[in-house]
Amino acid sequence: MLEVQGLTARYGQAQALHDVSFSLNEGELVTLVGRNGAGKTTTLRCVMGLHRQMTGVIRLRDRDLGGLAPHERARAGLGYVPDDRGIYATLTVEENLLLPPQIGPTHWPLDRVYRAFPVLKERRRHPGSKLSGGEQQALAIARALRMGARAVLLDEPTEGLAPVLVQQLRDMLLEAKRDGLTMLLVEQNLRFAMAVADRHYLLAGGRIVQTLGNAEIASREHELLRHLGV
Amino acid sequence: MDLGYLSVQLFNGLVNGAFYALLSLGLAIIFGVLGVVNFAHGAVYMLGAFAAYLLLQQVGIGFWPALLLAPLGVALLGVIVERLLLRRVYGLDPLYGFLLTYGLTLFIQDAMRLRFGIQGQPYPTPTELSASVSLGVVGYPVYRLFVIAFSIAMCAAVWFLIERTRLGMVVRAATERGELTRALGIDVDRWVTAVFAFGIALAALAGVLAAPMRNVAPLMGSELIILTFAVVVIGGMGSIVGAVAAGFLIGALASLGAVWSPALENVIVFALMAVVLLVRPAGLFGAREAT
Repeated sequence: MLEVQGLTARYGQAQALHDVSFSLNEGELVTLVGRNGAGKTTTLRCVMGLHRQMTGVIRLRDRDLGGLAPHERARAGLGYVPDDRGIYATLTVEENLLLPPQIGPTHWPLDRVYRAFPVLKERRRHPGSKLSGGEQQALAIARALRMGARAVLLDEPTEGLAPVLVQQLRDMLLEAKRDGLTMLLVEQNLRFAMAVADRHYLLAGGRIVQTLGNAEIASREHELLRHLGV
Repeated sequence: MDLGYLSVQLFNGLVNGAFYALLSLGLAIIFGVLGVVNFAHGAVYMLGAFAAYLLLQQVGIGFWPALLLAPLGVALLGVIVERLLLRRVYGLDPLYGFLLTYGLTLFIQDAMRLRFGIQGQPYPTPTELSASVSLGVVGYPVYRLFVIAFSIAMCAAVWFLIERTRLGMVVRAATERGELTRALGIDVDRWVTAVFAFGIALAALAGVLAAPMRNVAPLMGSELIILTFAVVVIGGMGSIVGAVAAGFLIGALASLGAVWSPALENVIVFALMAVVLLVRPAGLFGAREAT
């Protein structure tokens, strides 16, 4: 579904990613774990076409995304939830949902979005800035579903959320997964990663150092937590 | 102090405000989406006035059609400038856009001076609006009231366009977060030309409105644009409501200040700007820091 090969990225002289390769099968939820500065966000930005200083091959459903502008990648089926959730303060909740174009048969009609996320319906005329952190996260995910993204990139969605909201978020992601959505999740919260994901790539110093299953994460939790510095 | 004089000053202030509002509205929209401070805005205003003048002199087309045709023609010029020149400075240091548009200003102003000289050209007030109404003891030209009303109507129409249409939604999204808007599947660059042309058209429209009450002259925009920048800074860079509100507010305040001492008129504008920059650097209505 989503394939990244030999991804190398720089910020000026500094190399941020070294030969990063990974892939996601259709319907899979895969995480990139790693400490701050490991290159997780940069990886997502490269896939989305937002970071230009890069080489390597990125394919979505066998289509080469190289050379495509960010808006063309979105239209090819990539959804994006940035680390601050990317909710527009000057747009209402409903405008936030309606902003991206509908890109194909997988898009959710607005009434389906509202059935799945009743709180968004309640607040549809409120400006995006008036939502709580959990509601913003719901809106960001709902926006990707409304658009009809085939694969969604999520940058640390649990960051700053209260435990009860993290649980809600887990249910949302599992629901989207049951619906067949493919997701690449950047995460520092190992418990959360284990609860939602199928596989994990451990990123350190801009390299993928290990591929881990849930069982391995569970048995090596202490060691990994130390590595992540949490 | 007599009330007639005060109300004349207030209306004069609102007339100035009408021009500030139209000009700063265009500046704010252009800055919001393109990230370019359009220093050529005053020259565009002048071109709008000259377009109306030439339409009348050369083709015999009067004020009312000019109100539509002059902004359209100037907007077309804007499309060419955006495609050929402005496009090259996006994403660079803002200084480049600044230098480019300032250079354009000098170029346009001097080209017009070569052709028309420094002297102003007269432009007749449309006959329908040439009467005056009584404000107590003094009369006040109907045309000036028309300018105020027309500017308010235009600002309201632009507000509607920005706040209530899909086009406006895209403009607001791109103003708030350009990169994210691209990542959500919107071809922001396709809108950029249209937004620039629209902002330019508003300035040209202000120029047409100015033609019957100010001399149509090559340097007519050069002083006005400095004051308009002060208005944009006070209202908040990139804020649409701020541009309009600050425009009328400052126009009125400056003129009322001039009642005490005519010298106060411009002092008030820049003093206000200094205070706003100290207390609220993002401007009265601005969300993001001015750069």
